[in-house]
Amino acid sequence: MTEGGHHPVPVSPAEQRVAALEALLTERGLVPDGFIEEITRRYESEIGPMNGAKVVARAWADPRYKQRLLADGTAAIGELGFGGPEGDHMVVVENTPRVHNVIVCTLCSCYPWPVLGLPPAWYKDPPYRARMVREPRTLLAEMGCQLPDDAEIRVWDSSAEVRYLVLPERPPGTEAMTEAELAGLVTRDSMIGVSRL
Amino acid sequence: MDGIHDLGGLQGFGEVGYSPAEPVFRHRWEAMARALLIVVARAVEASGGEFRHSIERMEPGHYLTSSYYEHWLTAAATLAVEHGLMTHAELEARAGGRFPLSGPVLAPPVADAGPDVDAPRFAVGDHVRVREWHPPGHTRCPGYVRGKTGTVVRLDGSYSVPDIEAHGTARRREPTYSVRFDAADLWRDGQRGVWVHVDLWDSYLERS
Repeated sequence: MTEGGHHPVPVSPAEQRVAALEALLTERGLVPDGFIEEITRRYESEIGPMNGAKVVARAWADPRYKQRLLADGTAAIGELGFGGPEGDHMVVVENTPRVHNVIVCTLCSCYPWPVLGLPPAWYKDPPYRARMVREPRTLLAEMGCQLPDDAEIRVWDSSAEVRYLVLPERPPGTEAMTEAELAGLVTRDSMIGVSRL
Repeated sequence: MDGIHDLGGLQGFGEVGYSPAEPVFRHRWEAMARALLIVVARAVEASGGEFRHSIERMEPGHYLTSSYYEHWLTAAATLAVEHGLMTHAELEARAGGRFPLSGPVLAPPVADAGPDVDAPRFAVGDHVRVREWHPPGHTRCPGYVRGKTGTVVRLDGSYSVPDIEAHGTARRREPTYSVRFDAADLWRDGQRGVWVHVDLWDSYLERS
């Protein structure tokens, strides 16, 4: 093993790089006590698709709320107590039997945090971002979302300040359900638009 | 910049690694990267444009082969070094190996942003063409709509232009619009019955 070639210094694993950055920032007094735990807790249990599910269930249960939600998403979502960064300018787009909506961010990872939380890995990875604008019909089918051949597809690329939420169709046979029961039916993926309920 | 982040419409990526149930953080270091990015962005007062551009400047091979939490880690470390909070050498010494940062900014700082614009030039239903340009710095105009014609479907109010705020302290506000494109006008093999909506700042557009 004495070839003497120039072997590049290996890249440290991500854990080590994060630890290095944390140590240097902490030494400079920039990381408040408990901040990392606070952020972890917030995104694991407070901010997530359970919030968006409540918005959707309310819209299904209350036609006047639905009207407000489609007219001014930010204000109507705020009525339920949800808002903040990446949710300051919300537009809600409604699925119908003939129209299917789906959201994407081709340039980075924009996503409506207050109602859906942080985006799943696949939403941020290149295949989804590259393909959803160019071949949504093919990609949705691949992801298990079957649409009629003549359904209109509306793709929303979150390239400026607006963040989108898809209002899925209310499943048949749910007329007797309470709002809380309805919320239990709503999945994250139905609000991104990669599945139907 | 015409960077690797501008992925819309690129081909050859294959299947989406889709999982309907996925934890928010698969590893503790991912939550740490999220938290440290907030710490650095506050400390250096980075605008949204400057933050996004720090990811866009990642070496393309690194960008495509790392997770988005690693993009956030790289952005946080890059901004920390560029704003003098620490040095690259300190990071590598602590990490015990290479700590790749993003590449240099290619665009000059913006000295004069010009006056704010609040009156929209376009109305719902107007046909607009996206300017065919290739700025060396940050922009939120995706490559796949440049030179293409679409229809304004929504006015969203005026916001700070990312192309300006990413490159210094100057700011200019401009109206933004949601513009609808027929997929068949974007690509020769564009799928039928598909509308792609892109949200664009006023100066990205001209009347068609």
